[in-house]
Amino acid sequence: MTETLLEVKNLAKHFPIGSVGLTGRPDHFLRAVDDVSFDLHRGESLGLVGESGCGKSTTARAVIGLHKPTAGSVKLEGQELAHLSARQWLPYRRRMQMIFQDPYASLDPRQTVGSILKEPLTIHKIGKPRDRRLRALALLDAVGLNPRYLNRYPHEFSGGQRQRIGIARALALEPDILICDEPVSALDVSIQAQVINLLKELQERFNLAYLFIAHDLAVVRHLCSRVAVMYLGRVVEVAERDQLFENPAHPYTRALLSAVPHADPAVEAGRERIVLEGDVPSPHNPPSGCSFHPRCPERDRVGARCSSEAPTLIERDGGRFAACHLED
Amino acid sequence: MSDETNKPDKRWDLGGRDLEVLLEEAKQYKGESLWSDAWRRLKRNRSAFWSLIILGVILGVSMLAPLWPLASPMALDLQLEPQPPVAPWVEFGRTGWDSTGYWELGAIDSALLKVRENLFGDWQFERWMGTDSKGRDVMSRIVWGSRISIQVSIVATLCSLLIGVTYGALAGLLGGRVDNAMMRIVDILYSIPFIFLVIFVLTLITEMKTELEDAGIETLDVFYLLLGLIYWLTMARVVRGQVLALKNSEFIEAARVMGASTWRILFGHIVPNVLSIVIVYLTLTIPAVMLFEAFISFLGLGVQAPKVSWGLLASDSVEAINPVHSYWWLVSWIAGAMGVTLLALNILGDGVRDALDPKLRGKD
Repeated sequence: MTETLLEVKNLAKHFPIGSVGLTGRPDHFLRAVDDVSFDLHRGESLGLVGESGCGKSTTARAVIGLHKPTAGSVKLEGQELAHLSARQWLPYRRRMQMIFQDPYASLDPRQTVGSILKEPLTIHKIGKPRDRRLRALALLDAVGLNPRYLNRYPHEFSGGQRQRIGIARALALEPDILICDEPVSALDVSIQAQVINLLKELQERFNLAYLFIAHDLAVVRHLCSRVAVMYLGRVVEVAERDQLFENPAHPYTRALLSAVPHADPAVEAGRERIVLEGDVPSPHNPPSGCSFHPRCPERDRVGARCSSEAPTLIERDGGRFAACHLED
Repeated sequence: MSDETNKPDKRWDLGGRDLEVLLEEAKQYKGESLWSDAWRRLKRNRSAFWSLIILGVILGVSMLAPLWPLASPMALDLQLEPQPPVAPWVEFGRTGWDSTGYWELGAIDSALLKVRENLFGDWQFERWMGTDSKGRDVMSRIVWGSRISIQVSIVATLCSLLIGVTYGALAGLLGGRVDNAMMRIVDILYSIPFIFLVIFVLTLITEMKTELEDAGIETLDVFYLLLGLIYWLTMARVVRGQVLALKNSEFIEAARVMGASTWRILFGHIVPNVLSIVIVYLTLTIPAVMLFEAFISFLGLGVQAPKVSWGLLASDSVEAINPVHSYWWLVSWIAGAMGVTLLALNILGDGVRDALDPKLRGKD
């Protein structure tokens, strides 16, 4: 087994909603992330999938310290990060960086590409100004952009090129972990493939570990070696990629996988789909017991336990983890 | 990289290509910043561009006022009734200028006056715009009076920029209770009726005028202080609103992920991005402040004779309107000067807003 870099345990993030009176005490909480655990090994890529609003991005932001976790721990090689102040976080920023979803919003429109790439080096006082400029050139080259465009501005690039700039910025600090928050979902399909391949190539070259957030299962299948499935702020299943895609354990995973259309219309027509009833419940007031039980097609097989007791994510046969009473 | 001790592995050696050469080549591929794009579009906007030029000329003439061979703005000629203008092609100039006929000037102004004395001697322009009821040259008074308007604009601009932008950006960025407290302070200051405050304070000040003048403080300084106290408020609000919109954008998050400090985020990312709105707002504030000074001086609370400002000139000109005589030159020149300046500022403000609007970028 390869070395464990990042260990996330029982991570929770609750957002206060509404405030009462002058004290500003919130009257209730939105449980965006509730009890999420996973770990990430050196050089691997862990996909984090789930439908919109299930807490994928919040998990990523809590892991990297953009949100302070409400509870739980985030350990980077044994060092607890969850409760550090911004100043204490600083040295660990070099180990863990992030790629953002929207390449149009994630680059400061008033900075040249050069200064965008130099900024992390300046913040961490790495090298002299001239070294930084040369490093920015090398980074542009590494992500497949023409280094001559160092003095151009983000608005002079296309979406795919901008995303490459975002990737180069994340690489500037020479991290071990890259958190990719839906890095391709804002791009055209043809560009998506290029960026995915770039990420794959960079992973091999720099031995990076990815926490790859996506809602596109095909992308995850292509890029990730392990996959975690989230539903309503909780991880419901974690498994090796092939195991998860071929033999999913959790009913939600099965439903999610069956929603992916097949490219061949003949196959598509004969394919059996699991259609879930109802909508995702509100995270203000999640259902009792297993949060998936009101929509679960299998709930009759287990009975009342689903609505009274929340299943825990425990290891099942074949080394996969699933949170479902069906598997108990 | 310099810190290879921290990262012994060689995987991050990106080398390969000749970076020094590329760096030289990169200099030829200059990108167009949003600022240079805005400037280009402002230049294409004819009326805004001409407004800018007119304002530049007004600024130059006004700042270098002691250099021009104008009559002294306070040289009296009490034998004369208001004299009608003499066209420059009829009588271009005359002699009789007196270098001592000024109020106490600053070092730079005195130096400029010396230069003028050496250049022109005691020669001065004829009364192209006529004289007022005390025989003072109207053209000279308009030029000298414009300096007060410009000083007022500079004070309001500086307060808006320094206090308003920092305060508003900080409130927006820190958020929560700090933001709440900071904006309530702004609300409280806002609720003070400014005109009454100014009139009240300035009336009080006139009582203690001699004491203050002994201490080297003039009524005008008090006026500036009040102006500074009030004119950053709207700016703070405008900037706070923009910062609230900006602070959750991904590039701010990216800066935080890099480990950027609050100050770096504030002045490196947020302020440059709100600056376009700040500039637009400033170009629209300046005429308001100028008009306000004129109003206060018109009421007799601002600039005191023998100094002169546009408000004071307007006040004088009102006396000139009566059914017996029509001294039209006392009204029309000053009205024209104020009108042109304020119109140019407003057109420029409009043009700047259009030029900086990101939705119009790339279109002309």
